[in-house]
Amino acid sequence: MENTNFLYELLGKNALSITLIVTLPLVFVLIYALIAILAELKVSAWIQERLGPMRTGPWGILQPIAEVVKLLQKEDITPDKANKLLYNLAPFVMFTGAYAAFAVIPFSERFVPADINVGLFYVFAIGSVGSLGIVMGGWASNNKYSLMGAMRSVAQIISYEIPAAMAILSIVVLASSMNLQEINSAQSGWFWNWYLFGGPGTIGKWWVIPFTVILAMIYFISSLAETNRVPFDIPEGESELVAGFHTEYGGIKFAMFFFAEYANMFVVAAILTTIFLGGWNSPFGDLMQGPIWGVFWFIFKGFLVVLVQIWIRWTLPRFRVDQLMYLGWKILLPISFVCFMAISLYVMLK
Amino acid sequence: MIHYFKNIWAGASTAWVGMVITWKHLFVKKVTIQYPDEKFPIPERARNRLYLQMNRCNGCSSCVLACPVNCITLESVKGTPDDPQKDFYENGKERKVWVTRYEIDFAKCCYCGLCTQACPSDAIQHTVEYEYSEYDREKLIYKFQDLTSEQAEEKKQRLADHKMKEALEKEKKAAAVESKNIKPETDAEKSA
Repeated sequence: MENTNFLYELLGKNALSITLIVTLPLVFVLIYALIAILAELKVSAWIQERLGPMRTGPWGILQPIAEVVKLLQKEDITPDKANKLLYNLAPFVMFTGAYAAFAVIPFSERFVPADINVGLFYVFAIGSVGSLGIVMGGWASNNKYSLMGAMRSVAQIISYEIPAAMAILSIVVLASSMNLQEINSAQSGWFWNWYLFGGPGTIGKWWVIPFTVILAMIYFISSLAETNRVPFDIPEGESELVAGFHTEYGGIKFAMFFFAEYANMFVVAAILTTIFLGGWNSPFGDLMQGPIWGVFWFIFKGFLVVLVQIWIRWTLPRFRVDQLMYLGWKILLPISFVCFMAISLYVMLK
Repeated sequence: MIHYFKNIWAGASTAWVGMVITWKHLFVKKVTIQYPDEKFPIPERARNRLYLQMNRCNGCSSCVLACPVNCITLESVKGTPDDPQKDFYENGKERKVWVTRYEIDFAKCCYCGLCTQACPSDAIQHTVEYEYSEYDREKLIYKFQDLTSEQAEEKKQRLADHKMKEALEKEKKAAAVESKNIKPETDAEKSA
C-alpha cells in the first residue's frame, strides 16, 4: 500500500514528512478534545434543560479553552507518600496509549499515519496500555480510593475486551483483512455496503444483517466500558470513590487524564466508524466521495458516535460492579459468540 | 432461558426509552434565567428591602417593639411650640414628634414583615428591591431620618430648654400659689 499517505507523495519519505504525519493527528486530537468538552458541557446542560456555559465567548464556546487554561495554571502537586516516578508517569502513559492508537486510524483514503496490515490487532493491543496508566496512577497515588478505582478498572477491562474482540474478529472474518484501510475500501459504494449492514454482497446477505447490527451494538457497549464512561464509569464512580484512580491528581496531570479519556473516546468511535460505518466512505455512493470528502465523512461519523456516547452518559445511571460482570460475561460474550458463528457460517457458504 | 432473553430485552428497551426521553429534553425550552441580564418577575407584594416613608412616621416605636431581631433603631424627640420649623404628615396634620434617628440594619433583618403589620400609619413597607448586597456590613445600615445630626441636636436642645422653661414656670406658679395660700394664713395669724 504505497499511495495511502499524501504527505509521502508530497514531500518524499524524510524526517520532515514523518514528523508532520506524527503531529497531524495530535493537532486533530487537541482541537477535537476542545470541541468534545464543549459538546459534553452543552449536551449535558440541554438534556437537563439548562443552558450550560454562556459567559465565556458567544454562547460560551470558549469555555473549554478557559478550563484548559485553568488546569494548566494550577499548582503541580505530588503527594508526599506517593511513588514519585510512577505517579508522575501515569497520566502520560495513559495519553500515550490513547494517542498511539491514532497511528493506524485511516482518516482518508490518502492519509493514514501507519498503514500496517495488522491494524485492528494493533489498536486492540495498544488500547490496553490505557488501563496500564490507570493502574499505575491508582497504585502510585497511595490512596485507598485510587487503588480501588484502579482495581475496578482492570476487572472491567477483562470483562469487556473479550466481547469487543469477538465483535472485531467477526468483521475481520467478513473482510478477511486486519488492515483498516482495506476494510474501509471494501465498504465503498452505498451505505448498505457497510459492515453494519452485512458488508458488500448480494441480496442473499439479508439474514446476516441482524447479527452485524447486534455486533455493532456489542462493540459500542464494550467501547463505552473501555473508555470508562458512564454507565460504566465504575473506576471513577464519584459517589463511591471520590474520583477513583485520579483522586490525587490535579492541574496538568489531571488534564492529561482528562485529555486521554477524550482521545480514547475518539479512538473507539473511529474504530466503530471504520469497521461498521464505512469509515471515510460516503453513504451515497460516488456522491461526495474522495480523499478530502473522506476526511469530512470520517470525522463526521466519528463525532456522531462521540455524541451518542455523550448522550448515553447523560441518560443512564452507573452500573453496579456485579451488574457489569453479568452484562459482560453472561450477555455480551455468549451473544457475540453466536454472532461470530453465524458470520463465519455466512462467509463459509458465500 | 426465556427469562434470560426477557431480561436482555427489558434492559435494552428501557435504555432506549430513557434515551428517547433525554433526546426530547435536548430541544425543550430551557429553564435557566440568565440572571443579571434577565430577571425572575418579582411578585408585587414580595417581602424584600424595607422602606420607611418619613412623612407618615410619627415615631411611635411600634415597629421597634414588633421586630423579633431588633434591627430597627428609633429615637424621637417631642416637638416644641416655639420651633420655627414646621413639618406636616402626608394627611396634612402637623408633626408633633421629630424622629431624630431611624436606622434599619439589613444585615439583621429577617424580612418577617411584623413591623409593617405593627405600623399604625403604614409608614414602613416592603419593596421589591432585592439587589443591595455590600462588601461592608456597615453599609447595610440604612438611615431613614431626614433630619441632620445638627438639626437633631437642635431639637433636643429646644426640648430641653422648653422643659426647663416649663419647669421654671411651674415653679413660679407653685410659688405663687403657695404665697397665695400662705398669705391668708399669715393674715389670719396676724389678726389672731
